[in-house]
Amino acid sequence: MAASDALGLLPVNLCSKIETQLADHAPLVGVLALQGGFHEHKVMLARVGAKVTEVRQPKDLTAALHALVIPGGESTTMAHLARHLDLLQPLREFVASGRPVMGTCAGLIFLAKDVDGQKEGGQELVGGLDVTVHRNHFGSQVDSFQTTLTASFAPDRQIEAVFIRAPAITRVGHGVSILSSLDKKVVGLDPDGGQLAVAVQQANLLGVAFHPELTTDDSWHKYFMEMILSSLKK
Amino acid sequence: MSESEKASLYHFPRGPFITMSTGTFAVKAGMAQMLKGGVIMDVVDVEQARIAEEAGACAIMALERVPADIRKDGGVARMSDPSMIKAIKAAVTIPVMAKCRIGHFVEAQILQEIGIDYIDESEVLTMADEDNHVNKNKLKVPFVCGCRNLGEALRRIAEGAAMIRTKGEAGTGDVVEAVRHARTLMKEIRMLKTMDEDEMFTFAKSIQAPFALVKQTAEAGRLPVVNFSAGGVATPADAAMMMQLGMDGVFVGSGIFKSADPAKRAKAIVEAVANYNDPKKLAEVSCNLGAPMVGINCDDLKTRYSGREGGGMNDGPPSKKQKPHGTW
Repeated sequence: MAASDALGLLPVNLCSKIETQLADHAPLVGVLALQGGFHEHKVMLARVGAKVTEVRQPKDLTAALHALVIPGGESTTMAHLARHLDLLQPLREFVASGRPVMGTCAGLIFLAKDVDGQKEGGQELVGGLDVTVHRNHFGSQVDSFQTTLTASFAPDRQIEAVFIRAPAITRVGHGVSILSSLDKKVVGLDPDGGQLAVAVQQANLLGVAFHPELTTDDSWHKYFMEMILSSLKK
Repeated sequence: MSESEKASLYHFPRGPFITMSTGTFAVKAGMAQMLKGGVIMDVVDVEQARIAEEAGACAIMALERVPADIRKDGGVARMSDPSMIKAIKAAVTIPVMAKCRIGHFVEAQILQEIGIDYIDESEVLTMADEDNHVNKNKLKVPFVCGCRNLGEALRRIAEGAAMIRTKGEAGTGDVVEAVRHARTLMKEIRMLKTMDEDEMFTFAKSIQAPFALVKQTAEAGRLPVVNFSAGGVATPADAAMMMQLGMDGVFVGSGIFKSADPAKRAKAIVEAVANYNDPKKLAEVSCNLGAPMVGINCDDLKTRYSGREGGGMNDGPPSKKQKPHGTW
């Protein structure tokens, strides 16, 4: 990249203000704000019409929340803080309550039943989504990439996706549907190709290995908003 | 600038064939966005790296000597032995950063080759080029660079830095310089926000920064990339203070492993940063941490690292106004 290309680029959604002019009946979405990309999720959620609030302590996980987002960040840091702030059990109860929960990158790791590539000694997480996730599947930061993907809810459209030291979904249990996958050939993992799951859904849980909040494409947040609205109708 | 104009700046690959691209600005800056609200700790061996990871560090900086020891030993400070960095990288799952000398693009190439997650082009090491910093746009690996003020931050961003940290005075355990640099940066941004475009041209000249980035900063209302604090943070209170001053996260160098009980102090600083606005929690985590690093008062310093910048840039805008040409 030449210097002239870089000049003028802004980190996506980092400097954006959060939209506050929303309808009175807009659903209220909590964003876990221990560490990482919570601001970016708040920007995107407000853009698709949700009220947003930060969840930092157990008392923030109120009955008034219609849904929850667990953002990207460093999963060991987030897990460490969640444990020390006594948030793990309240988070598990939120997941079990049937309200929609979206986890992206580290958030997906939080929701996964099994995790490979954990730090020594492992780490206690939230669980609920019957998948196995492999941490740092693509390697270190120099292997991080951006690409476009199709999703089962938008098969004829390419959606932007940013993968940063991303995990991948290596096993999918019964009742889990794959919403999006990567071609292993395109990302240089396997010259013979084959598909690698990177976004899944199991009932109220949406797990995404990449960062939809680091793009200006709001397809995934819109999809999550549909999940919230249909859960409110029940 | 409208949303659609902004969107066109991100250069996402499009076209009939699906491709993937590494080392793009979105990927470099995105990595820093995921570090926000975290603590990055200096470590010198595998054991310290594990303690840092266990304490909840969001990344570690692998180096042979912490800044306090570089200060004590003197001599030339260089990039660490790659084998030592690799051993630390193999021991943990969190991101690993490493330092290269200012302007030493070959040290940067080597660090990229061994798969380091972020490079700190650091004033703590001896300068390799007194005029030029590394052209960070040429490398795939992202860079974090130090600054004392807005001008310096924007000069580094123009060279391709995807993340900024205020410099402080590393290896002292004295937070005064970190506060000075954070205050200066935030004050300049607040001043800039009140200016109209006519005034920004002269302001850009006076802080010696590219006009485009100055304008962008004014529009964004903050530094346009992730901005951590560094240099002299030694206690949970120091770390929380830097967060309340508007920093996105904190680097702690010598402050942890030069203290009496590093594991406990590391955990306390991580929790202080996550709860930086909650004095009750801060009081709780500040208790019984053992002795902090002894430190050096910045007034007694012989060598100041923070003044090291390529191109002979002075500290802040020129103080004396020159008379316009042709007047007397």
